[in-house]
Amino acid sequence: MCTTCGCGAGEVKIDGDDAHHGHEHVHADGTRHSHGHVPGAAHEHSHAHSHDHVHGHRYAPVHSNAAPAHSHAPGLGAKRMVQIEQDILSKNNAYAAQNRQRLAARGIFALNLVSSPGSGKTTLLCKTIELLRGRQPVTVIEGDQQTSQDAERIRATGAPAIQINTGKGCHLDAHMVGHAMEKLELPADSLLMIENVGNLVCPAAFDLGEAHKVVILSVTEGEDKPIKYPDMFRAATLMLMNKCDLLPYLSFKVDAAIEFARRVNPAIEVIEVSATTGQGMDDWLAWIDRQAAVARPAA
Amino acid sequence: MHEMSLAEGVLQLIEEAARQQEFAKVTAVWLEIGALSGVEVEAMKFCFDAVMRDSIADGARLEIIAAPGTGWCMQCSMSVPMKEVFGECPQCGSYQMQVTGGTEMRVKELEVA
Ligand SMILES: Nc1nc2c(ncn2[C@@H]2O[C@H](COP(=O)(O)OP(=O)(O)O)[C@@H](O)[C@H]2O)c(=O)[nH]1
Ligand SMILES: [Mg+2]
Ligand SMILES: [Zn+2]
Ligand SMILES: [Zn+2]
Repeated sequence: MCTTCGCGAGEVKIDGDDAHHGHEHVHADGTRHSHGHVPGAAHEHSHAHSHDHVHGHRYAPVHSNAAPAHSHAPGLGAKRMVQIEQDILSKNNAYAAQNRQRLAARGIFALNLVSSPGSGKTTLLCKTIELLRGRQPVTVIEGDQQTSQDAERIRATGAPAIQINTGKGCHLDAHMVGHAMEKLELPADSLLMIENVGNLVCPAAFDLGEAHKVVILSVTEGEDKPIKYPDMFRAATLMLMNKCDLLPYLSFKVDAAIEFARRVNPAIEVIEVSATTGQGMDDWLAWIDRQAAVARPAA
Repeated sequence: MHEMSLAEGVLQLIEEAARQQEFAKVTAVWLEIGALSGVEVEAMKFCFDAVMRDSIADGARLEIIAAPGTGWCMQCSMSVPMKEVFGECPQCGSYQMQVTGGTEMRVKELEVA
């Protein structure tokens, strides 16, 4: 947990740098420099949350004049109740709203790709970038616990990519993504693809500021994944059924998988694809075009 | 695993409240957890203790307020209890259900010193 801004990102690295203890700044004339935070120093930070580098010194005991009614802990004063009434995810949701605003201001359409490990997210992204070359700029934020292999695979296609390593963290959160967005130079009217950490549970609860979550289910997994991990399939707008080139060799029942997905989310759309053969990719690209047109206010 | 990041979210809210309302120690925390929120109460208790260690809520007691799962059945046009997010209507067996309650994950209040 990061004590600098209390953001639970202690082990998080963005392209190998600590997420918080050194920010690179790009000045209008193009010069870049990095520096760590100096406690107490005024600090321009384009990501609008405040980092008030207090490090807990304000937690001095408060001495109340009121008679201590039930003082059980000597030296700590009377106990009292404090109403909070806040959603546990409210902090994340506030960062997500901020990301969403920044994306909307520049006409950037963002998708959050979620799935179990190995369902083909990175392969699918590489294929998508290849097919969109010359038509639409794509930028990628890669989330994995360790290594920057996926970001390197994306960069090999020519698209800019940044790697977030979450360490022990099992999902991306909106705060990390906000910092990654600062580091990337996102072209106006582009497509931002965020590959989440491979995990069908936790990423469902964390809004990153994306327009939609897209869940990838590969046919080498069970048909019953949607009812085993209902939160994720409820959170997604689209299910990409990947590795369909393997169907002839498997007993996977496509209809059953779709039925299970619709049971937890009656509105979910489904496209059958193969990232390796390119089957169904036209439908996927058309879906992106359609949704991006809806998301972007008419120019 | 999910509960660990939720517990960190709880600590963030506590620390923010501590800055605003100037208290030094948290002795108890009330969380409202809905039956359909996907939060495992036992896992949350375990993660809570681990995450609060060495914080201003170190050793704080965790009190869980359970919120029941409820949904609206479109077939029956009535509110019914729900056990699972994708569960069926206990009256008619339909899956055409809209969750109306039980997804809460809230920090309700704190006992502070
Ligand atoms: N046969 C087949 N293999 C695929 C397909 N998409 C991905 N793969 C393979 O699945 C493995 C995992 O893919 P990867 O993109 O790394 O998955 P990720 O963990 O979701 O990013 C790799 O060996 C890919 O080559 C597909 O459509 N068909
Ligand atoms: Mg990957
Ligand atoms: Zn920060
Ligand atoms: Zn019913």
